[in-house]
Amino acid sequence: MAKAISTTTNRRSVSNITQSKWIRRIVFYALLLVLWQVIANTGVWPDYLFPGPLAVLNALVGGFQKGQFLQASLLSLQRLAIGYGISLVIGVTLGLLIGRVRLLEDTLGSLILGLQALPSVCWLPLAILWLGLTDQAVIFVVVMGALFSITLGVDAGVKNTPPIYLKAARNLGARGLALSAQVILPAALPAILNGLKQGWTFAWRSLMAGELLFYSLSLGNLLQTGRDLNDASQIMAVMVLIITIGVAIDGLIFAPFERRVRERWGLVSS
Amino acid sequence: MFHQLALGGAQQTERTVGNDQLKPGGIPLKIEGVSKTFTGRAGTVEALRPVDVDVEAGQFICLLGPSGCGKSTLLSIIAGLEIPTSGAVWAGGRKVRGPGTDRVLLFQEAALFPWLDVQRNVEFGLRQAGMSAKERSATAQRYIELVHLKGFERSYVHQLSGGMRQRAAIARALAIDPAILLMDEPFGALDALTRDRLHAELESIWAATRKTVLFVTHNVREAVALGNRVLVFSPRPGRILRDFQIDLPRPRSLEDHTLVDYTAEIMSVLQATMGAQEQGDANGKSD
Repeated sequence: MAKAISTTTNRRSVSNITQSKWIRRIVFYALLLVLWQVIANTGVWPDYLFPGPLAVLNALVGGFQKGQFLQASLLSLQRLAIGYGISLVIGVTLGLLIGRVRLLEDTLGSLILGLQALPSVCWLPLAILWLGLTDQAVIFVVVMGALFSITLGVDAGVKNTPPIYLKAARNLGARGLALSAQVILPAALPAILNGLKQGWTFAWRSLMAGELLFYSLSLGNLLQTGRDLNDASQIMAVMVLIITIGVAIDGLIFAPFERRVRERWGLVSS
Repeated sequence: MFHQLALGGAQQTERTVGNDQLKPGGIPLKIEGVSKTFTGRAGTVEALRPVDVDVEAGQFICLLGPSGCGKSTLLSIIAGLEIPTSGAVWAGGRKVRGPGTDRVLLFQEAALFPWLDVQRNVEFGLRQAGMSAKERSATAQRYIELVHLKGFERSYVHQLSGGMRQRAAIARALAIDPAILLMDEPFGALDALTRDRLHAELESIWAATRKTVLFVTHNVREAVALGNRVLVFSPRPGRILRDFQIDLPRPRSLEDHTLVDYTAEIMSVLQATMGAQEQGDANGKSD
């Protein structure tokens, strides 16, 4: 192998690699769509059970034209934001306390570790009993989905705070709440971010599961009505929409945030 | 109470240091029988034998010794970040019971906060002291200029070189106007050229502020170039072998024959106490 490649050819070969990666990816998806359409066209299953990609695209466009999809997305996103916001506030506080206070770690910490093993949809029956078929019940399930991941992420981050930052901060006169808010939390941010990301994934999943049972116009509810109407193309269109929103939140919010944090904290060489 | 000192003088005195009639900004330090023994899973490690030192206000004192001789531990104890196993430290006549802003510790890694830019790093201690935002900003600005980092206020740690990081850390420490600066091999990770420049800057800052400085190093030339006084430590468990008074005018030239003599003498003291197998190690570390 030629070891002495100049940096320019190196860089070029790197961009070649990303280029060929994208080409492979596009070809793969194109073939997948063609295969899908071919199978749908064979007529083994009726159209309303196994629609082709074109029918799904039609349903997607139609759903947006009727305004249904946008309205449903907004309601789901609103619930997600409220639920995730509540989890964030409670989770950061709890994580900080558990990470700093030994007594809470031994008691509350073990409970939270146990609760995290429970899939959050399991809270749905209780939520409906307690709160009825209301927004609050869905949001409760979302909170239960995200809260423990966030708590444990913050806890892990706090425990792994580089001691040198703590020393420097205490030496400069920081103590108590200021030490927590201005030093421990930001120092732990890279680790906390992992918890926040996991929390968001769980929140999104719990939300979709929860919404299946509800009547208000939301993404999960659209899946359910698709079933009621024997309309698989609507179900698939909504699934595509759910994937798109999920990927967008990951790519537009979490990924850039994480990249910036990792760069600034010196975890990657820029 | 902050900044009653004529800091403006620092820039002017860049190369004309040595007027001892300035009022010392530092406070005296008394170390009385301080020792430290660490107890861990692997057993107990005696890091520091009982040490007694009297440091006058405004003195620049270098603690010199091989790595792991407990000099950093002593500094942490003075800073109040570690509790001595025996003995006590008195700073300005008051017993040290924990960290205090009269004594600030500088580390080998600059320990700047990566989530804050230079300006807000320097403001950090002032913010803890409850200073108003406007006053904070002006004070930080003054110290950023003092360490020649003007123009880098909005830079983050990952955008700074090693020397700039140490400058920012020095500005952050000076901003809270401590009476004692505790420096734990602050220039150990820097290249020789940057280190020489920072020596000169540190000397001029010290000359202008007359703070008490305790400077830990394992570099003999660094110690004799900077200190009024050099304490030579033995390998672990650390104890003070010799106490050199270095009364040479500043700025000092490393070619000065008296300074070279001191260096040679200290080297021989160090080498005599370290085993034959450690000799090569000490030589390698001392330049």
